[in-house]
Amino acid sequence: MLSRFWEFHGGVRLNRHKELSSEQPLAVAPIPKQLIYPLQQRGGLNSKALVAVGDQVLKGQIIAGDDHPLSVPTHAASSGVVTALEYRPVPHPSGLDGLCLVIDTDGLDRAVRTKSVKDFNHSKPDTLRRRIREAGVVGLGGAAFPTATKMNTGNRTIDLLVLNGAECEPYITCDDCLLRTTPDSVLQGAAILMRILGVERCIIAVEEDMPEAAQALEKAKLGGRPPSPPAPSPRFALPDGEGSKGVADATTYSNIEILKVPSKYPTGGEKQLIQVLTGREVPVRGIPADVGVVCQNVGTAAAVYAAVVEGAPLTSRIVTVTGPGVARPQNVVARIGTPIAELVAYCGGYTERAQRLIMGGPMMGLALPSDELPTIKSTNCILVADSDAVGGEKQALPCIRCGACSEACPVNLIPQQLYWHSRSDQLKKAQAYNLFDCIECGCCDYVCPSHIPLVQYFRAAKGRILDKQREQQKADHARLRFEARQARKEREKREKEEAARRKKEALAKAATDESPGRPPPSP
Amino acid sequence: MLGILLVCALFALFGLLLGYSAIHFRVEGDPLVEKIDAVLPQTQCGQCGFPGCRPYAEAIAKGEADINRCPPGGEDGVKALAELLGVEAKPLDDAVGGEKPKALAVIDEQKCIGCTLCIQACPVDAILGSAKHMHTVIASECTGCELCVPVCPVDCIAMERVAETLASWKWPQPRSVLP
Amino acid sequence: MRFSTAASPHVNPTNSVSHIMQQVLLALIPGALAMLWFFGAGVLINLLLAVCTALAAEAMALSLRGRPLKPYITDYSAVLTAALLALSVPALTPWWMTVTGVLFAILIAKHLYGGLGYNPFNPAMVGYVVLLISFPKHMTAWLPPSGLSDLHLGLSDTWNIIFHAQYPAGVAADAVAMATPLDTLKTQLGMGKTVGEIWTDQRFGALAGRGWQWAALGYLAGGVWMARRQVIDWRIPVSFLSSLFAVALLFFLVDPTRYVYPTLHLFGGASMLGAFFIATDPVTAATTPRGRLVYGGLIGLLVYVIRTFGGYPDGVAFSVLLMNVAAPMINFYTRPRTYGHRP
Repeated sequence: MLSRFWEFHGGVRLNRHKELSSEQPLAVAPIPKQLIYPLQQRGGLNSKALVAVGDQVLKGQIIAGDDHPLSVPTHAASSGVVTALEYRPVPHPSGLDGLCLVIDTDGLDRAVRTKSVKDFNHSKPDTLRRRIREAGVVGLGGAAFPTATKMNTGNRTIDLLVLNGAECEPYITCDDCLLRTTPDSVLQGAAILMRILGVERCIIAVEEDMPEAAQALEKAKLGGRPPSPPAPSPRFALPDGEGSKGVADATTYSNIEILKVPSKYPTGGEKQLIQVLTGREVPVRGIPADVGVVCQNVGTAAAVYAAVVEGAPLTSRIVTVTGPGVARPQNVVARIGTPIAELVAYCGGYTERAQRLIMGGPMMGLALPSDELPTIKSTNCILVADSDAVGGEKQALPCIRCGACSEACPVNLIPQQLYWHSRSDQLKKAQAYNLFDCIECGCCDYVCPSHIPLVQYFRAAKGRILDKQREQQKADHARLRFEARQARKEREKREKEEAARRKKEALAKAATDESPGRPPPSP
Repeated sequence: MLGILLVCALFALFGLLLGYSAIHFRVEGDPLVEKIDAVLPQTQCGQCGFPGCRPYAEAIAKGEADINRCPPGGEDGVKALAELLGVEAKPLDDAVGGEKPKALAVIDEQKCIGCTLCIQACPVDAILGSAKHMHTVIASECTGCELCVPVCPVDCIAMERVAETLASWKWPQPRSVLP
Repeated sequence: MRFSTAASPHVNPTNSVSHIMQQVLLALIPGALAMLWFFGAGVLINLLLAVCTALAAEAMALSLRGRPLKPYITDYSAVLTAALLALSVPALTPWWMTVTGVLFAILIAKHLYGGLGYNPFNPAMVGYVVLLISFPKHMTAWLPPSGLSDLHLGLSDTWNIIFHAQYPAGVAADAVAMATPLDTLKTQLGMGKTVGEIWTDQRFGALAGRGWQWAALGYLAGGVWMARRQVIDWRIPVSFLSSLFAVALLFFLVDPTRYVYPTLHLFGGASMLGAFFIATDPVTAATTPRGRLVYGGLIGLLVYVIRTFGGYPDGVAFSVLLMNVAAPMINFYTRPRTYGHRP
């Protein structure tokens, strides 16, 4: 079995803590009192609010959006009234405020009517892609890249669709849960994505310690029902009804392969997973499509299915609420925009061990200052960690060049060299050691015996380099404008002199001509 | 005798080579000035005592000005210049003022009388307006040079600090490791 | 509810510098026990003396440099340096020599360059080489391994020799000074004898010098344990020993009368100690995977060259120091290919 896979360099084995949440059944969180939608999109700009304060909104209604290729529309996850469009704390490492739309829900959950495409096998790929975009679907694995944009691969030849179900981060089990409860939606989503890409082959990759998920998939693939009793769908009750309706016949699934990959962190990284499955390496500054592969999260596939077949926009997702700081760790179907505090309260509230609130997993997740922040589309996990994660004040010692970081690096960098250069601000050298290939997975931090916050140094160095590049661009632009202005002033001066000279000449001529009646020549 | 002739011939050959390359591979302008100018922040503010970044670059290249006279460039700029010229970096010259946080000029449009003086002062044409009409600063073009501030007869131009946004925020350098 | 924040990853690291150093010290035990068995209590006295000196020197250097004491004293790096140096010098080395060597290693070779992580040269080997060059007579005078002479020195005798240079009645200073097997080989080859003739000497055992070979086996056992636990990188010892063995075998096959059995090179002198404990010092070794192979291989080669053609009977310390100089260059030319980049 193992010999079928390639290996990526490095990686680490971690304590997985998955049983904490995976053993509980999937629950549906109630409608929160308030829904909060940060408007910042992946491109860095805010999308435009399409509703005003005081407006009534319905579930599934588009409340914000714009035409930028890196942004997608935002939909209200329940009905209510828009109560604010203001700056609030958003899930971002800076802790800065971002523009947010706030909806006070009315508890009625009235929804807009949606259209659905029952037979996607006869739809054009462009139509499907547009529908995916209109439904606000983004990558649910954590990066939140607009799915429709990712599915637009230009004129590259694609031969493989990979659905990423390898949740390599500890604690997170939302994809596992999704695969166990509604494997059909993932398979149907895969069929839609394959149609859009025009590929013949799809691999759904799960980790080897997710046997139930693989089983459920296999069973669904053969046309059987999932093994567990009918669980709530990852979406809420929708006006069009729910559940798969046998849209794609089972024969379509014969091209879908379900593979169990080794549970090593970070196998679930897009490039690492592609390497494990195909042995192909995405070239530097390239995208997976450059090597003929498109990779989507399994949750994204399910969302695509919902968007296309049920006409349901992305307004909810499965979130793993877990960690020693939560009373009842479990997976819940949460409306996007739900404040974290309400989700944690639904899971029994905090225990006295709660010390750190993390959005995402422990390796790459974002520590949040407050639980008033909302869940966003990419929130796969709310981890309430205890002192084991926070640790004591780590005393970093000097690097002893043991090389453990290089051994662990999944992209084969030399983190210790990068560290020397990043720390001493030798940014050009850091770039020469491929700083920008760092995926910030945290493996080097984890294995470093000197407890140096390596990833933090790399992030800071990247930030400084980008900042310098921006400044340089600005300076170059200012130089052009300055030079243009200098040239213009020079020209004006010359023209003025010219005019003065001509006037003088004309006057002189007029004087010699002795004909005062003549008007002076105009300059 | 042959040796002497040979050496003379070699001299002549090299002389010709040098003469040829001096004519055919001549570098137009002073590349050093270009390089220095590329490092300078192009605010054109004149705080260094020269009328713009390029004149300052020329002065540095000639050795007439020190490298630590550019406050907008800050310590980083001095460091970059030092690296380029192969000299020691030094702290900013106190005489030219200290490093300030980035700021943009903002015109109080209520007070503006439309005198166009600021427009004439702006080195990068970042102020829009015409006589007797209210002026405004194009924020994306403003370099923060402050040259428009003193010329305003009604003191309606203020420098506003550029606030950090989600897009411009960057990770801070971690607390240092024990040396 | 409010929470404290920090940058990811939010996991406690599993390893630490002091844990690494402790494991290396543990791995030294089998070899050190063999040394203790064959060379008597002097080994233990040297060890304790060196460790105490090192800790005192470390504390002094840290306080002079205004650095915190606790994190650096508890990293065990000074202890390890002292232990390696103490195991490299003869068992009856006078106390002032051990102290000098350790002081030089800690104060000059380590702290003058910036302390832990910044020293370009292996401190223990710098200390050793300083002693070897300054006091060659003392440094080549080894006590005969037990079993080779009738001499029995008790703890108090050893103490007196080390600290007071007083020899017990009836024991001449010469009687406790014996040339090492490598030294013997070198001198006698110089006198025109063949390897076969020299090997009949009682000093030589099955693999290498009597007594010495057991210490080497002890170090080998400890080293293999470390490599298996990934305390050290296997590449350096493997390439070191393979290149040493290969070149020794080559010369042996060319002329077995002039070039000694490869086993003497592997199990004699400081080969095992050097391969597993000294060349693997992460701070001063090459760091890239391929670089470590090159680094170890070149050390092995240099060791053979110095032993066979050089002026000193053993060459581990010199070879390691020479390659320390080359480590940054080796690193530069053996950078691994980053994912997605062309080779």
